[in-house]
Amino acid sequence: MSAEATIDQDTQAAIDVDRAKGDFHFPENHKYDAGVGLSADTINYISDVKDDPDWVRQFRLKAYDTFLSKPMPTNWATEDLNNIHFDDIRYYLADGQKPMRNWEDVPDEVLETFERLGVPEQERAFLAGVEAQYDSETAYSSVKEELEKDGVIFVNSTEGLKEHEEIFRPWFGKVIPTGDNKFSALNSAVFSGGSFIYIPKGLKVKHPLQAYFRINSENFGQFERTLIIADEGAEVMYMEGCTAPKFETATLHSAVVELVAMKGAKIQYVTVQNWSSNVFNLVTKRGLAHEDAEVRWIDCNIGSRLTMKYPGVVMKGERARGEVISIALANSGQHQDTGAKMIHAADNTSSNVVSKSISVGEGRSTYRGQVHIPKHLKGCKNNTECDALMINANSKTDTYPAITVRGNQHVTQHEASVSQVSQEMLFYMQQRGISEAAAMSLAVNGFINDLVSEFPMEYSVELKRLIELEMEGSVG
Amino acid sequence: MMTTTIPTWFEESQQRAQGVYDALAMPSRKDETWRFGNLKQLNFEGYTPEASSDISYKIPELPEGVICLPFEQAVEKHGELVQQYFMQREARLGSAKFTALHRANVKGGLFVYVPDNVKVDQPIEVSHVIAGARQIAFPHTLIVTGKNAEVSVLDRFASANEVDASLCIAVNDLIAGEGSKLSYCVIQELNLESRMIQVNGTEVGRDAHATAFTLNTGSKWARNEAISMMTGEGAHSDMLACSIPSGTQQYDQRTYQHHAAPHTNSDLLYKNTLYGTSRTVFSGLILVDEGAHYTDAYQTCRNLMMEDTAEANSMPGLEINADQVKCSHGSTSSSISDEEIFYLRARGISPQKARRLIANGFSVEAVDRIGNDRIEELVIAAIDRKFASI
Repeated sequence: MSAEATIDQDTQAAIDVDRAKGDFHFPENHKYDAGVGLSADTINYISDVKDDPDWVRQFRLKAYDTFLSKPMPTNWATEDLNNIHFDDIRYYLADGQKPMRNWEDVPDEVLETFERLGVPEQERAFLAGVEAQYDSETAYSSVKEELEKDGVIFVNSTEGLKEHEEIFRPWFGKVIPTGDNKFSALNSAVFSGGSFIYIPKGLKVKHPLQAYFRINSENFGQFERTLIIADEGAEVMYMEGCTAPKFETATLHSAVVELVAMKGAKIQYVTVQNWSSNVFNLVTKRGLAHEDAEVRWIDCNIGSRLTMKYPGVVMKGERARGEVISIALANSGQHQDTGAKMIHAADNTSSNVVSKSISVGEGRSTYRGQVHIPKHLKGCKNNTECDALMINANSKTDTYPAITVRGNQHVTQHEASVSQVSQEMLFYMQQRGISEAAAMSLAVNGFINDLVSEFPMEYSVELKRLIELEMEGSVG
Repeated sequence: MMTTTIPTWFEESQQRAQGVYDALAMPSRKDETWRFGNLKQLNFEGYTPEASSDISYKIPELPEGVICLPFEQAVEKHGELVQQYFMQREARLGSAKFTALHRANVKGGLFVYVPDNVKVDQPIEVSHVIAGARQIAFPHTLIVTGKNAEVSVLDRFASANEVDASLCIAVNDLIAGEGSKLSYCVIQELNLESRMIQVNGTEVGRDAHATAFTLNTGSKWARNEAISMMTGEGAHSDMLACSIPSGTQQYDQRTYQHHAAPHTNSDLLYKNTLYGTSRTVFSGLILVDEGAHYTDAYQTCRNLMMEDTAEANSMPGLEINADQVKCSHGSTSSSISDEEIFYLRARGISPQKARRLIANGFSVEAVDRIGNDRIEELVIAAIDRKFASI
């Protein structure tokens, strides 16, 4: 088997094109630009610009040391990680100073996808990077007002740590410690952007919250940091990303997302990731579920060159529940390395992981999971299902779960299957006048249908269309 | 050409292996192949290779042309044949250092060669009894079957007494030629002071059928590594194991099903029945190479938790690079349900006996697939001995 380090031509081409564009997109005249590369100076610069409180600056500097001391996890992960050149990356471009791009620079296929997905004109400009900020004030201001009236805090993380330190600080970095992995350490050192959300006791937020709602804030940062706290009995759904492809010049994205569900609270976190195919998307996401609380990650990965993302739930209180629903689609030049981490830390906790991946062309999808049930717990349950569908002869798929069970009062089961769209199925549909490509698309949509329905309505419709698009040209 | 002394290639390869052993680093926490493993068990300072090995052979009447000799004799008399098959593949599952040590010190064991179209009806039985404190045994079993040949071999490892701590680093190479049937079975009943590293490498040729089975009931720590490589179309490999750890016993099992040719099958079933504060690790990988289309590969690890203090770790893995593949893996961990106990109690069976019966039935499932009555009988007797001791 050839090492991942050798990049196929398509990927290489994609990267090269973007590098050239990158030069164009970052003119010298940025007022707040931390420059290229990472050092303690860069971090002090970011702290200065953002006017961080001293504890945040210390937190960043300590994290930077941790980042340096941690090795690349290539002992278990793909060698492709060695293609990240930390010295060539820009770690901070100040708010509102993001590069503008002309419509002429946006690749045709991105425009075509916008067209076919029916993305509103306003959103298109933002997604394509023509506008630095998506202007959503008119559309969502009424929602925002309502939230504020109920006592919901919904701000960016910079504002959160300054204005709401008493709520923010006790949980910040507690669910995912800085030293969790190399990339969580990197994020802790240079984070900017992301959301801070606090839902007061007993409040059930009716509308799903989206980063879109926030105005005049850093959006979708490279190193975004999100912290969501749902107080006792509160319920919230948060949506991140969008189905339309996001055309990006920055090649490393490393976010940290922490969720805290207090007693009886319920948090659902929906992600649709569709970065362009030159992006390394290395994300750490974890939720802490207290007594009777529930944390659900609903995760869909379609874009990026390499995604490594294993949303986790630590079930700390009795009867807590954790769930990960995951869809991954890997096309040629892509590696979707996703999974789930379920840490049972109290009696009668239960977790469920359902993962479906589709490998198209030379794409590679990987499921990596961990289920941990320690000693002296009773009545813990885990169910893990991962199914992989391979479309073409040179598609690749892997599964690497790890399950630890101590004691005889638990039930765990893990099942995985790998299959193809059977010739009979295609023949059946072709017989009824459906073209081979359309039949394939139908079969694939059928494969993930029950998971797509977990997404909010508008997402699931777009998701289906998007998958149809991705499938095009894969058959015949 | 026959030689009567140890051939030079063999001596040279032993020296080289010693160099490899010295050069390789000890496994560390960072090694994925030792994840959840107990590295403390790898300390065997003060241990020396055993001076003499106590091995008894029970060899049935053999058809003409079959070679069945203690390993050293085979090296002397059939050097070229041994050289062709002896440790040709790397240990990929973490124990390369220890297989090098094995190679440098190999002593005792068995060489079997069955020529084309020859069938050996009765199993060949070998019994290793390891004696003396702080001794390391390095037995090697090499089995080669020619075209359409058939043979089955049983290796049993036991200790001479209950007190001497020893280590056994056993390596076996199974090479199943075209259309042949090769079955190999290990019963590991070392005493509770001893440790075992068993590394199995199976190569299954076109239309051949190989079966490898391991029973673990003894030793304080055992590590089993099994690789099965399907190299010809129509190859079929059964990888089976049954482990019944109790007390503080630890078993660490790593498997690799490598499909290198299209239209191949492999089926793995590992069953663990855990008592006391015992601990098991199962890490399996199915690798389907590019171009190995129409592969069927199955992998199942089942853990029956008999007590609240036991720990089972499972890492069932898949790597698929081909199309038209049917693969699945499953891993479960659970305990005996109250309904099952109730069913048996309703029929007048005491709860203890009911649990024993269910555990026994659970363990024996993998044994049924060995497909040789005599060997199955011996394995079941060893399982009964274990349950009687709990």
